[in-house]
Formats: sequence, structure tokens, C-alpha cells
Amino acid sequence: MSNVTIKALTGNEAAAYAMKQIDPDVVAAYPITPATEIVQIFSDYVNNGQVRTEMILVESEHSAMSACIGASAAGARVMTGTSSCGLALMWEVLYVAASTRCPIVMCDVNRALSAPINIHCDHSDTMGARDSGWVQLYAENTQEAYDTLIQAVRVAEDPAVRLPVMVMFDGFIISHSMEGVQVADDAAVQKFVGPFQPVRWLLDTDHPCTVGALDLQDYCFEHKMTQAEALRAVPAVVQKVGKEFAAAFGRSYDLFEAYRLDDAETVLVMIGSTAGTAKDVIDELRGQGKKVGLLRIRLFRPFPAAQLRDALAKAKVVGVLDRYESFSGTGGALYHEIRSALYDLPARPRLHGITYGIGGRDIFPADLRQLYLDLEAAGAGKKDLPATDYLGVRK
Amino acid sequence: MEQKEIKTTPIDLKALTNAPVRFTGGHRACAGCGMTIMARQVLLAASETPVVVGSATGCLEVTTTIFPYTAWNVPFIHNAFENAAATISGVETAYRALKKRGRLPADKEIRFITFGGDGGTYDIGLQSLSGAMERGHRMLYICYDNGAYMNTGIQRSGATPRGAHTTTCPVGAVMPGKPQNRKDLAAILAAHNIPYVATASPHHHKDLMRKVRKALAVDGPSFMLVFSPCRLGWAFPPEQGMDLCREAVATGFWPLYEVEYGKWIINEPSPGATLAPVKPWLQKQGRFKHLLQKGNERLLEEIQAGVAQEWEKLKKRTTL
Repeated sequence: MSNVTIKALTGNEAAAYAMKQIDPDVVAAYPITPATEIVQIFSDYVNNGQVRTEMILVESEHSAMSACIGASAAGARVMTGTSSCGLALMWEVLYVAASTRCPIVMCDVNRALSAPINIHCDHSDTMGARDSGWVQLYAENTQEAYDTLIQAVRVAEDPAVRLPVMVMFDGFIISHSMEGVQVADDAAVQKFVGPFQPVRWLLDTDHPCTVGALDLQDYCFEHKMTQAEALRAVPAVVQKVGKEFAAAFGRSYDLFEAYRLDDAETVLVMIGSTAGTAKDVIDELRGQGKKVGLLRIRLFRPFPAAQLRDALAKAKVVGVLDRYESFSGTGGALYHEIRSALYDLPARPRLHGITYGIGGRDIFPADLRQLYLDLEAAGAGKKDLPATDYLGVRK
Repeated sequence: MEQKEIKTTPIDLKALTNAPVRFTGGHRACAGCGMTIMARQVLLAASETPVVVGSATGCLEVTTTIFPYTAWNVPFIHNAFENAAATISGVETAYRALKKRGRLPADKEIRFITFGGDGGTYDIGLQSLSGAMERGHRMLYICYDNGAYMNTGIQRSGATPRGAHTTTCPVGAVMPGKPQNRKDLAAILAAHNIPYVATASPHHHKDLMRKVRKALAVDGPSFMLVFSPCRLGWAFPPEQGMDLCREAVATGFWPLYEVEYGKWIINEPSPGATLAPVKPWLQKQGRFKHLLQKGNERLLEEIQAGVAQEWEKLKKRTTL
């Protein structure tokens, strides 16, 4: 087990620290609130010689991801960080990164997409990018942000995967809040991530290859199939890397976190920092004899539907929380995914979709307590709840 | 900028006949296309060192990389339309990063060249190009300028000359082609204070290749703007492409010049020479044929006057 130091770090500081210890070959980045600090702190590491990374301080997020793709295809280990509109500006090339099989690791600090312009947390940015072909891992807190970034390098570069990975945590709530974080020593992180081993790389000029060819009706379908196959390999790799991480650093990670879920009858499914609040509420309600539990999503893409279905099969009522407005008219993507995952169960739990926290709207223990009680009452036939609803909004 | 001598080996055409073929035939470009002739000349001139080549989305990428075939015997990357400069800047940075860590030999020399059409350079890729130039990557960006979005079917771009017909500024009852002037892209790039900027034309092949060597020799960003006839977009018989290139230079529509460390040098036409009139050159291209019709005399005069004005401006720059 590696030597552990406990540092007081914000989410952004922890992310930058993980990047320092990973010491990627190339970082191309552009500032955006609330992820700016990651770039800023990392620039300090570069300019003080604490990493050997070559940094490209580009003129836009579109160029940040474009340069990352170039560097990754060239044979470098590449990382970047962004948020919200920055991620949106990368949109086109997110798909290129995934389909060109560039194992880039990107940190996205979740922030609402414009308009109205808002710098605070919701998940509209990365939810929009959920079908771009990137692996998506959401962290709950600062410790997990640090741990997940380190694991993400291994997931991205696994020979069965070789896809880019997005690591998310909540803007301001995590990015700017200080927590005690257990950090490993640099050597242990280096040992865990290992050396970067490119497969075909542009700088290997003795073996020229063409990257980004025009792919028409006769091959494009097959290439998409291989990409989909790589994505399907991800859950097993995330679990394998999570176990190895536990062996090396003592903290274990799986596809999702189940909190007091085994015998839970009323369950909330959610993403991100709200889970921390929910766990306190669960402990309190459990003390009152309520069978409540939590399933917190970690791997969102690919969606581990079978494992989630099994984990939720015994619940009576499931409330699914989406922290963004999907404009689908039928609830958020997490709700849709869970609903779809539960469809094959012979006896399905009662299901409700709840949209909350948009544009950084706070959610309090009292909100979640009431939600558990309402869901429980709905499960017992004592209360009518709509299939989808909003929580914490003035109506 | 501090003036420095750019040392290159002279172009030896005989020796180049034995240079490795890095850009092969068998691609799908149209007969008479200037772009692929230009690409072949560039790769021949760059044959002294290994290269990595990039390309914006456009005719060059589309005609040379139809999977499972490729015309590139060198490492090649296409990413998207507007980001050829950012992409190759990533490749170039990876080169420095890997050298620093010993994953590439310290003495391994690689040069980085990326191509974009005028749409991908004057318009949608200008920001990415400007950023890469400002950051100082050692890379050569070559814009092959055929004066419109030819790959999507001849739509107007910031490079389309005034008066030209395109499918989005068609010659109509009330509008005789493109009403605006093209951008002075080489001057925009020169204003980035990069070591080397040049215009070129594939008819002047030795000049073009000499400039590629210079562009690759400077320790920083370089930019070349290359004239590139498009048979379909300009509507001319395929065998006339190189003639059109030659005449474009002689008329002053496409003067050949270099900006070396901020110093402007005209190569051709000679600054003292009288420019050939543009009318006979315009006449050979379907995109300009309406200019010869009755009622458009004034537009024709304006185009001729515009060429003369730009030529005078260029000559003044050489005195600075």
C-alpha cells in the first residue's frame, strides 16, 4: 500500500494534483469557470518544473480538444479539463476523439449550459455529451474526483477499450469546496498508471498510417461496430481497475455505489454530490426504521443496465434524480435509462423521475427527507405522485 | 523582427526525380486540379526529413484518403474542417514532449505540415490557425486557395474574388456574382509576426518548392498561400490549369512574394514590370464569363483597378 498524506484540497486542486502525479505528456486547455483553476494550478506545476508535461494554451476549447486529438494520435498521453459551454464548444471533436480511439482523459466540472448564462452546477453539459462515445465517470466528492482521474487513465488506455474518458464532479459544490483528501505519493501513482503505450502513432514515421480517413458506405458501419464493442468492454475494465486501485490505495470503486441498498424498499438513484446529503438523510431515516437506500451512479456511459437492474430489483419504489432539464418532455436521461433497465423485470418497482438542482439550486436534507417519505407513501398507495416532477422549484 | 538568414539546400530537380514518392497517384482528385499537383510538389520539397502531414476537411482529404486506400506514404491526420492548425499543433507538441522524455531519439528530426483549403483557412479555420501561429509551433500551414468551397459544390468563401460566380453568390438578374473583395490572408498571417509567409503557385514549381524548404527551415511557424485552380468551380478545360496559374501571376492577381522575418520581398512579377491585363485571364474561366457581357463593363474595370491597387500596396510593403 502506498504512503498516504492527507491534504486539504478543493475539487479543482485535487484534480490538478492528480494530473501532476499522472504527469501526462501533453495538456491542451482553455480556461472556463468553474474549471479554470485546474488549468491554472497545472500551469504552475509546469512552469515550476514539477511535471514534464508540454502544455498547449490554446485559443478555444474546440482547439483544446483538437490539439488533444493531434497529440494523442501522435503517441502522447494527453489530458485536459473543461466545463459547460467549453464542453459544448468541443462537441464536434468529442466525437472525433472517441471514434479515432484517442485515450484522452478529460476532467469536466459540471456546470449549467447557457442560456440563461449561469456558472453553477447542473449536469446539462455532460448529459448532452453522453452519446459522444466517451466513457463517463461521475465522482461524488473531492476524494473520488482525485481517485477517479487516476483510474481513468488506466480505463482509457486499456487495450480492450482505448477510448477517451470524461471524469465529472459538481461545479462549486465540489470544485470549490475544501475537503480532506488522502493523496498517494507520486511514485505510487506513476506505478499505477504505468507507461503510455501507443498502438499506431503518427510520430512513428517509419510506419506511416493515415488517421481520420474518409469512411463511406462500405466500411463506416463496421468501424462503428468496433467502437461500440470497445465501449461494451468498459464496465469490466472499470471494475478491474477499481479493484487494483483498492489494492494499491485502499479505496475501492465499482460501477456504482450502493448505500444501505440491500434491504431498501424506497430507493433514490442519483449522480454526484447530492449523494453525500442523501446518505445523511438515509442514516437518519434508518434510525426511524425506514427502509431507505441509495444507488449512486458512477459509470454513466456505457450504462451498466444489467447490474443496475439487479441492484434495484428488490426495491418497492425508486425515485430517479436528474440534475438537469432534458427538454424531452418525459424526464431526464438517468430516469429514462433506469426505466429502460427495469423494463425486463417481471415485477418492476414503482418509478418516479425527479428533476432538481438546475443552475446550482441547492438541495437540502429536508428536501430529500420529504422525497423519501413521499415515495414511500406512494409505494404504499397512500399518495399520488406524477411519473415525473420537479423538486425545489418555485411553481 | 530580427532578420536571420534562412539556410536551405537548393532545389535540384534531377535529384528530386529520385526522391521517395510520399504522395502517390491513384487518388480521386479531378483531372486538371491544382491542389494535388501542389501537394506533390510540397512533399517532394520536404523529402529531406520525415514529415507528419495534416489536412482540414476538404477536397484534399476527401480525394486522398478514401478508406481503405490512402495516397499518403507519410503519417497523415485529418481531424475536422476548422481545426487543421490546432490538430497539427498537438502533433508537434507531442513530438517535443516525447523527445524530452526520451521516447523519441534526441536527434530524430520531424517536420510538420498541414493543409487547408480556403474555406478551412480564410473562414472557419482562421481562429485555430491564428492561435497556432501565435503560439509559435514549428509547423508549416499551407492553404491551397481555389477561391470557394469546392468540396461542397462551389459556395462563396472569404477567398472568392469579387465578381466571381459561385453557387451561393450566383450571377442573377440583380446581382452579378460576389459583390465583396477577398481577404488579404497572407497579410493577416504576416501580421502574426511569424518567421516566414509566402505566396506560391504550382506553375512556378521551383519557386514553390524553394519556399517550402525555407518554410520548413525556420524555427517557428510558417505559412504558405498557394494558388490552386479548380476545374469544376472555375469552369475551364483540364489542360489549362497551369496556364491559368502562370497568367494569374503575370496579371498581378496572384503575385508571388515572401515575408521573411517581417521583410516583404516580391518574387514575380518584377516590381518594375507592367502587369498583364486581367481581362484575357478572366475570359478563360466560366466563373467570370458574365463580366464580359454588356452592362458589366464597370465591374470589369473595378476588378482591374482593384488588382492594380493591391499590387501598389504590395510594392509599398517591400520598402518598409
